[in-house]
Amino acid sequence: MLAEFRRVSFAYPATGRPKRPFTLSELSFGIERGEIVGVIGPNSAGKTTLTRLLTRVIEPAGGEIFLDGAPLRGIERRQLARCVAVVPQGAPAQFPFTVGELVLMGRYPHGPGRYFESPRDRDVACEAMAATGVLELAELPLDDLSGGERQRAIIAKALAQEPRLLVLDEPTAHLDLRYQAEVAALMRRLNHERGMTILLVSHDLNLAAEVCDRLLLLAGGRAAAMGAPEAVLEQSLLASVFGCEVIVDKSEAGRPVVRLAWRVPSSDDARLSRGR
Amino acid sequence: MSPRRRLLLVLVVLSAALLVAAAGALFVGSASISPSAVVAAVTGRAAPESVERVVTLAIRLPRIAVAALAGGALAVAGVGFQALTRNPLAEPSILGISAGAAFGVVIGQSLGLGLTLAEAVGLTGFAFAGAVLAAAAVYLIAAAGPGLSIQTLLLAGVIVGIFFSAAITVLISLMDFNRLGGVVHWLLGNLAPVPPGALALFALLAAIGFWLVVSHARALNLLALGEEAAIQLGVGAQRLKLTIFAGAALLTASVVAFAGPIGFVGLIVPHALRMLLGADNRLLVPTSFVGGAIFLLLADTVARNVVAPAELSVGVITSFCGAPFFIYLLRTRYRANL
Repeated sequence: MLAEFRRVSFAYPATGRPKRPFTLSELSFGIERGEIVGVIGPNSAGKTTLTRLLTRVIEPAGGEIFLDGAPLRGIERRQLARCVAVVPQGAPAQFPFTVGELVLMGRYPHGPGRYFESPRDRDVACEAMAATGVLELAELPLDDLSGGERQRAIIAKALAQEPRLLVLDEPTAHLDLRYQAEVAALMRRLNHERGMTILLVSHDLNLAAEVCDRLLLLAGGRAAAMGAPEAVLEQSLLASVFGCEVIVDKSEAGRPVVRLAWRVPSSDDARLSRGR
Repeated sequence: MSPRRRLLLVLVVLSAALLVAAAGALFVGSASISPSAVVAAVTGRAAPESVERVVTLAIRLPRIAVAALAGGALAVAGVGFQALTRNPLAEPSILGISAGAAFGVVIGQSLGLGLTLAEAVGLTGFAFAGAVLAAAAVYLIAAAGPGLSIQTLLLAGVIVGIFFSAAITVLISLMDFNRLGGVVHWLLGNLAPVPPGALALFALLAAIGFWLVVSHARALNLLALGEEAAIQLGVGAQRLKLTIFAGAALLTASVVAFAGPIGFVGLIVPHALRMLLGADNRLLVPTSFVGGAIFLLLADTVARNVVAPAELSVGVITSFCGAPFFIYLLRTRYRANL
């Protein structure tokens, strides 16, 4: 088991962050080596909280997280950054660096004492940029790139960390269809060619169904279901978790495809029309 | 070209330019001394009490040193504050931190502190306390809303600056008339020769501040990703921010104590270098120190010669350059964010 959550609980403090009331309560799940695991669920189900816990931006209130069998709280930050790399939700606004400079930032945990990166750091960064197809953009400012190119540059930065677990938080949000397909293909390729273990956090059920080996469905900070996409993406379960009617079909690859029935439950319907 | 080579190349070129500017400044001034007499004074061949020796070695040379140190320190403080706040328009005077430090210095001066070594320690202590006070005020005002936007931070800085200027005016109004001239002269941002002991202290404080910033330049780059992303790359963000804040505040405070509140150097110099070198703080911090030294030295040379035998404050020159430059940055590069 590469990473494991054992009965992990977390709550944002009631004061200070009043708009983030969601919590995780006694969540247990694991990620095996070489797997692509998807975390799905409604807004504020605790998806991003999970990635923040995994990178020790926040510490669990209860339970324990393990990385390679060792408790996470005993792992030093830089060492953790060499094991777990995060592609965060949304890129930084107003980022004045070039793509090459950004990707080299991923080398920081491998030698924070160095003023400039070593030749090996440069090689790893070039290789990471080649892997995501942004090598020829290396000299350009990140702000000049299209949305899809930016996302691939940020994924290259994460790869430059040479992580064993790659965490992608909403990697296709705000991206056109083509870039969504690109990101999905890239994830599959990294997984097949490098055996990269990937944790995908996404509200896009179909992306998750298409690329993931297993899915964790979060609802209200608890695991509503965990298992193969076919088992988790089940019509009545989704309807109860998301509070709306869905239709589940099969894709060409035999994966579940979730469609919205564009109907809200009748009680809500009544409430909406009364509001009007 | 690798960043290391670019840094070395630019540093060599800038250092040569600094030497030329310093040598040039040694030869010009309100006292008319022939170039050969200056050479004689520098090489130690002038008579001990001669005018050329006193003017060159006891007036012009220390002033050149103060100008170079102050310019370098302010430029590095600018880079530090810009990276820390992720705000390209941040700068000690715009953020009101210079005004806070100046308030501290005026308190020290009204208590009778001067520039003997022991008193200079006290004076910089007051300046540092004032800088920290102003920075804390700016932070608390700006952080009250959601996020730290460029506008909010700048407005908070301007407001805090106005407040401390008013507080300084109160102190000046209560001050002994005989001391007033010197304080006002200093307050306008005036470089004057600093006695050797105090000059050494200034150099030491500037070196400490520079070291605190430059030794964290690489981590400072990562802060541009956002604090959370920096933490996820192994940066101890809280400690980093405190270190850079301490370094930049120390640089600002020491300049204000020894040379007065001089504005805009921390804005002009780093941005000029950014156009040349990009955003990498590892290149910007060292080159800004040398570039700031050149800029303030040139500005001071202009200030003390343009209306000779009278003198302008160097702060006037930097503000005349800086205000239009600020508007230029606001209208072109950062338009989208405002």
